[in-house]
Amino acid sequence: MAKTGELVENIKDKFPNAVEEVISFRDEYTIRVKREHLLEVVQFLKEDPEYGFNFLSDLCGVEYPQGEHHFEVVYHLYSIEHTHRLRMKVSLLASDLTIPSVSSVWKTANWHERECYDMLGINFSDHPDLRRILTPEGFKDYPLRKDFPLRGR
Amino acid sequence: MDVASDIRTETVTLNMGPQHPSTHGVLRVILEMEGEVITKATPVLGYLHRGIEKMAEYKTYQQIVTLTDRLDYTSPFINNLAYVLPVEKLLGIEIPLRAQYIRVLMAEITRIQSHLIWLGTHALDLGAMSPLLYCFREREETLDIFEMVGGARMNQSYIRVGGLAGDLPEGFLEKVRDVSEILPSRVEGYETLLTKNKIWLSRTKGVGIISAEDGIDLGLSGPSLRGSGVKWDLRKANPYSSYDHFDFEIPTGENGDTYDRYLVRMEEMRQSNRIIKQVLDKLPSGEVNVCNPKVVPPPKEKVLTNIESLIIHFHIMSEGFDVPQGEAYCSVESSKGELGFYIVSDGSNKPYRIKIRTPSFINLQSLSTMAEGRMMSDMVAVIGSIDICLGEVDR
Repeated sequence: MAKTGELVENIKDKFPNAVEEVISFRDEYTIRVKREHLLEVVQFLKEDPEYGFNFLSDLCGVEYPQGEHHFEVVYHLYSIEHTHRLRMKVSLLASDLTIPSVSSVWKTANWHERECYDMLGINFSDHPDLRRILTPEGFKDYPLRKDFPLRGR
Repeated sequence: MDVASDIRTETVTLNMGPQHPSTHGVLRVILEMEGEVITKATPVLGYLHRGIEKMAEYKTYQQIVTLTDRLDYTSPFINNLAYVLPVEKLLGIEIPLRAQYIRVLMAEITRIQSHLIWLGTHALDLGAMSPLLYCFREREETLDIFEMVGGARMNQSYIRVGGLAGDLPEGFLEKVRDVSEILPSRVEGYETLLTKNKIWLSRTKGVGIISAEDGIDLGLSGPSLRGSGVKWDLRKANPYSSYDHFDFEIPTGENGDTYDRYLVRMEEMRQSNRIIKQVLDKLPSGEVNVCNPKVVPPPKEKVLTNIESLIIHFHIMSEGFDVPQGEAYCSVESSKGELGFYIVSDGSNKPYRIKIRTPSFINLQSLSTMAEGRMMSDMVAVIGSIDICLGEVDR
């Protein structure tokens, strides 16, 4: 784990403008990345042999209506070769819910991003096929937002 | 008259499902066909969407265990386990070794049970009826085991935050040992029906090929990815719940076709049985719940005889317990692939957000890659070989 911590700190040195903070909690590492630099950071993390994050485990959004930033998009990266994990977050303001799609880096992001769009209404720019995936045709709301009632509208 | 110029050819759009027996539930695939050949396959999901992630935000941590049973209903114990791990990580509690071993035991029986359903239905889809009957004979035995600990054949919610719902009942270990003794010969039996069967070979060999690179890129995991030769299993790569105490092999395929995925799962049943035997030999005695009165209610006998215990029990059952603020992601190797739970806690008794990374949902994304360019009838083989569970796809 100590080694992973060192690697995570190195990302900050490598991209001083892109990485806003590094958090370590319960042996899990999180980096917060600025939206403008998202693609160059993930490209590096995937291709650099020391990191080798070739597997995108998960991608999801979290809403914080009271927070400074309204939404967070959370990426869980994994390296099959090194078996280490990293959580990466990008903050979004309610006024601009657009974030670059990472489906050009990991194809698996396609459905993850569709789900995130469907549930929370986050737009992924340059996504090949941004349609709703789980809710029925004609559905207008974003069910995982905090203001959406549990029993629906 | 020139006959050939009179024949019109056009792409036909064919709707498969959501009511189609070989889609294993309510999967719908829109197929674009050039004659018998599939040129494009687009899965349409959501027919079983129940909003489990939303519901979980309104329930206490212990109540959510019951929701996880209903994800992949063919492997409830693995779902329970995947869910409790991040909660326990946030709480910072260490589970007693006996409970960890029992969790492994239940997870491996579940894996066998899930693979038995897969094998039976997959073979039935491809026209072999007898494996289904044999598989369900053994599945009945595993369901008896589940019934002993959970009182029901499905949705047992046996693994709880802090340990287990209770210790193993009398006669349980003997029953498991009996089943684990007969299982290898039964798996041998299924293999005699299929592995060298000419029809089986022609229906599965070279069908639905996916390369290791494509699989990783598409997020494929579990036996479906191991069929393409990637030796990656979370039980070995990132051991949880004492999996590192047991010896087992990770079977892999070479060609990444339906046949190799079949072989991988067959071998996995044997390896799971190996783990079960080791658990039976090594199972330590002791408590099955962590000693933490804030999380685990007192034992039932005490609740019925002692007023303080009754109050504590009532409090934990109605109010739940507060989980420290923070977030955790833990994943386990389910029967289908990487099953992960990402939990964000705001310090209250209910989770702020839960994201469930279900293997079936992600694995299904590879369906198009596997099926495109193949015949219509191969679609059925490919869907079966990914082993999806729609309860888990749609959540």
